[in-house]
Formats: sequence, structure tokens, C-alpha cells
Amino acid sequence: MAIPLVYNLRSVRARWTSTIVAVVGIAGTVGVFVAMLSLAKGFRATLVSSGSPDNALIVRGGATSELTSGVALDAVKVIQDAPGIARGPNGPLVTAEAVLMAPIPLISTGTDANVELRGVSLNVLEIRKQVKIVQGRMFQPGLAEVVVGKNANKTYSGLTLGNRIRLGKMPWQVVGIFDAGGSSFDSEVWGDSHLLTAAYDRPDTFFQSATVHLTSPQALTQLKDALTTDPRLNVDVTREIDYYAKQSTRMTTLITTLGGFVAFIMAIGAVFGALNTMYSAVADRGKEIATMRALGFGGPSVVISFLIEALLISFVGGLLGCLAVLRLNGLTTSTINFQTFSNLAFAFMITPGLLAEGVIFALVMGVLGGFFPAVRAARLPVATALREL
Amino acid sequence: MVRVDGSGNSQGLIRARGLNKTYSRGGEKIQVLQGLNLDVDKGDFVAFMGPSGSGKTTLLNLLGGLDVPSAGSITVAGDEITHMSGSKLTQWRARHVGFIFQMYNLIPVLTAYQNVELPLLLTKLSRSERRKHVETALAVVGLTDRMHHYPRQLSGGQEQRVTIARAIVSDPTFLLCDEPTGDLDRKSADEIMALIEELVGKYGKTVLMVTHDPLVAARAHTTLHLEKGVLVEGKTPREGVFAGGAA
Repeated sequence: MAIPLVYNLRSVRARWTSTIVAVVGIAGTVGVFVAMLSLAKGFRATLVSSGSPDNALIVRGGATSELTSGVALDAVKVIQDAPGIARGPNGPLVTAEAVLMAPIPLISTGTDANVELRGVSLNVLEIRKQVKIVQGRMFQPGLAEVVVGKNANKTYSGLTLGNRIRLGKMPWQVVGIFDAGGSSFDSEVWGDSHLLTAAYDRPDTFFQSATVHLTSPQALTQLKDALTTDPRLNVDVTREIDYYAKQSTRMTTLITTLGGFVAFIMAIGAVFGALNTMYSAVADRGKEIATMRALGFGGPSVVISFLIEALLISFVGGLLGCLAVLRLNGLTTSTINFQTFSNLAFAFMITPGLLAEGVIFALVMGVLGGFFPAVRAARLPVATALREL
Repeated sequence: MVRVDGSGNSQGLIRARGLNKTYSRGGEKIQVLQGLNLDVDKGDFVAFMGPSGSGKTTLLNLLGGLDVPSAGSITVAGDEITHMSGSKLTQWRARHVGFIFQMYNLIPVLTAYQNVELPLLLTKLSRSERRKHVETALAVVGLTDRMHHYPRQLSGGQEQRVTIARAIVSDPTFLLCDEPTGDLDRKSADEIMALIEELVGKYGKTVLMVTHDPLVAARAHTTLHLEKGVLVEGKTPREGVFAGGAA
């Protein structure tokens, strides 16, 4: 039978000062680990939620993002007649969109940051059903009016309801605030695509993409086959949700890699902290260990006992680390989206799965920090250790 | 009957033959035991005396399976322990040896009850059976009313009683006592020795004890003296103590 758990619990409590050092080290590491992953998760969730499985995004063949794409008006007219596209009261549900960047001062720093301007068709709300106007109204086609995403409204100065701002060579009236359900559209400004392109001296017969609402999610194959085999077109057709998931990859990889690196460096420190705590535990309790070995507890029992102790310490550290960063959940921050070079607001996203990963990470540190001291404990020469004062 | 001349038969409880123990210290070899023989029967109470560094504790460690001899053999109740693997020896200790240490060696974070229960965790006894054994052992040493106290809440004499309870709780084949009264005042020492005598006389325990104290040694059936790595029986001129002979 193993050495009783109560021995470890009370030993940890009796040596609380060194235990706290190890707990704090592990808690800090787990906190950073979970925070970084929640950042990546939040970023990805924001982009992925921008897409819908019922929509398809059409860009120029070979384009890696909307910014590197170009779809001419002629192509848009061909797309409108393609099979698999749902129709509304005013015709096929297709929004041809122009994507532009405008520098606008951030409220937080006063420095300019790129906001993404999206010229859209008026039927965009029928296509992107998650987008709701929550204040004011939708812009009127043919008028210099824009609607602003809720995060853009909070992030940039001047993007408030009723305010006039200068975009390109003309002033625009902010007539509405929309909620895009936490997606990347929340960081955008939308207006009439023809007027927006004109304001920036861009041809109004040229767009970056076209987004269509499918008759059903299964209709994508039909649409894709029709468009990619049409000799008049050179386009790529992607399910909208897949497009945004792919767009998030680079940034999430960057955050995860950087975060992982920071967490790794911190983990080394935390493991050394745990090693120090456990080695001193073994050194302080050499006589106790030897006594138990003399009584008949085997080497494996001692190893398991000290590993359990290290796991207890790391588990508490892991829990505390998770609890410490839990308050970050939902906190909005922003970063440059390298696919569009615009500022993208997103929220830390701490999920139960992420917390479990944090605790597992702590336990791994506990095993690494506890194993070698545990082995040393089991290998203590019993006869010698018994004579220690 | 205790013999040190190697003439004991194979019926004895403990039989050591030609025991050698050599340590290396700073490249120098120190021979502590040199061809030591010992035969101890069941129910014997033997005291080992000798100057510091004479190898008393080393002998006790070898007999208790805490250390292995450089040469020679030890047989206990028919089991040759000198060639057992580490894990076998650990199991053997749990079953056959009860240890009583000078500094008690109680686990400070466990209560008296939990300390006494430790050896029983290595048996297949149920929790209720363990409880009965622990309560009986604590009753034998007169500490029933202190069973939920921690070692720091007990006097030295009481701590040693808990150690004795822990040593006897699993009914081992023999008890090894390393200076059991070395850290106690005379009154407490007398009480502990009375208890050990009771274990021998009333419960038929076999006890091997190392001590520096002639008065304590005098309470054993036999006193053996370690000189130049071998055991000698009888009066030793250096300490002026009659070592006794009859068991």
C-alpha cells in the first residue's frame, strides 16, 4: 500500500513557505499560458464567427485574401446568375464588396490606426444575418452615410452615431451602429460600395470580393462547379466560414508560438522552483523517508508519495493561475490583422477546455519538478539517513 | 541461548555466520565487523555494548536488513536475508522486524495513532482490523488516551512508547532497539526498559538492543561486547560491566 496521502498533505502544510514559492511560480506560468492561448482562441473565434456556413466568398483565382483580390463588375453580373445562390425580394443575395483602409485616431492613444472600410450592397444584412443594426439605421444607397461596427465605435474617435467624419475626399455621416456578434465585422465601417470607392478615386466597377448567400450549405459544390468552370471567370469559391478560419491561422500561430515560448521560458523557472521545493523537502525529511523505508515501504511507494506531493503543489498552482486569469475572459483588446493590416478588436476567450489545459500544464510541471527529487528520496541510503539528527 | 562462537544449531531464530562489513572512507577501507558469529533464540533479550564506532549499530542494521554485509550470511527464522533483492528485503523487514530508535523517528505530521498504523498499511488488514491492532498496541504501551496527539505534543518518554507501539503493532519476529533510552532521563528510561522487559517476559518477544548505558544493558538477559569487529561475551575490562551469559 502507498504512503498515506495525509502525510503529503500535512507535510505540504508544514512547509508552507517553500510550498508557496513553488505554487506562485506555477500559478504565474499557468496564468501566462492560459492568457496567451485565450488570446489566440479569441482572435480565431472572432474571425471564424465572421463567416457563415450558408455563405460563400468569391475572390480572384489565387488571391490569398480580399486585399489581394479583384472582382470586376462584369464578373459580379455573371456570379449573380449562377446556380445555388438564394434570392431575395430584390434579386439574388449577392453583395459585391470593396475593401479599403482608412487611418482614424484610436480613442486610447490618439494615434492613427487602420480601420477597415467595407463597401457593401444594401442587401448585405440579408446575407450576413448575424449583423444587426443596434443604434440608428442602415445607410441609404447613394448617400454619403456609413454604419459602424460596435467595436470600431468604441475603439476609434469620431465613429459615434450622428458624427460626421472624413473618409477619402468627402465627409460621411455615421447613421448607425451595428452588432456583428463579436465577429471581425464589429471592427469595420460599412457604406455604399460605389460611393466609398469613388471617395478614394477607385473605379466603382471593381470590387475585392463577392459574398453570396447559398440556397443551402450543400449548394456550395454546385456554385463552385459552375463558377470555376465558367471560361469568363477566374475565381476561387470558398465557404465563408472556412475563408475566415484560414485568415485567422497566421495570427493564431504567431500568438500561440510567442505565447508558448514565453510560457516555456516561465515553465523552466517554475520547474526549477518546484525542483528546489521538492529537493529541499527530500533533504529536510531524509530521516522520515528512511524511517518509512525501514518500516517496509518500498522505493516505488516513496517515489509515488513525493510525486503526489509535487502534483498537489502544482495542481494548486494551476488552479490559482487559472483563477487569476479568469477575469480576463471577455475582455476586449485589439491587434493588427496581418491579412488586412487593419485594427481588429477581439476578446480573450477562456473556455473550460483551456482551463483544463492550464491545469494539465501545471501537472506536467509538477511531474518534471517532482520526479528527480522523488527518485533521490527513494534512493536515500536508509541506514545512513536514519542516523541523521 | 545466545552464542557468539558459531556453535549454535540451525534451530535458532537468528543466525549470523562470518559477518564482515567494510566501509570505504576517503579511499581508506575500514573493517567494522570481522567474521562475526551470532546465534539468538526466540525470546532472547540481548544487549550489545561497545565504544563508539565499534560497529554496534552496523550490526543492528545488518540484522534488520537495512544494510548488507560485505561477506557472511544472516538467517532469520529460516530465511537467508543476505542475498535478498532490495524489494524482497523491504518486504521482509515489514513482516519480521520492529524498529525502536534512539530519536524515536516518529513522523511529525502524523498523530500517534497514524504513526502506529503505518506498518499495518503494508498488510492486507481492513481499516477496522487495523484500528483494533493500533488500539491494542497503544494500550500495551499505556498511551490509549494520547492516540490523537502529534509527536510534538508528547514527552520524550511518551514518544518512545509510541515508537514501541509502532514496532510491535504488526507482531514482528523480533525487535531491534538502537539506544532506546539514549535520549531519555533516568525515570523515563526505567519506564521504557520496564516496557521492553514486559514485551520479552509477557509477550515472548525477541529483542536485540544496542546501548551505551550499563544499567540499561544489565536488564537484558545477555550482554555482548563488540571488540575489534567480533562479539565477546562476559565482563569487559574497559567498561567494567558483566555482560552476562545465561539466557
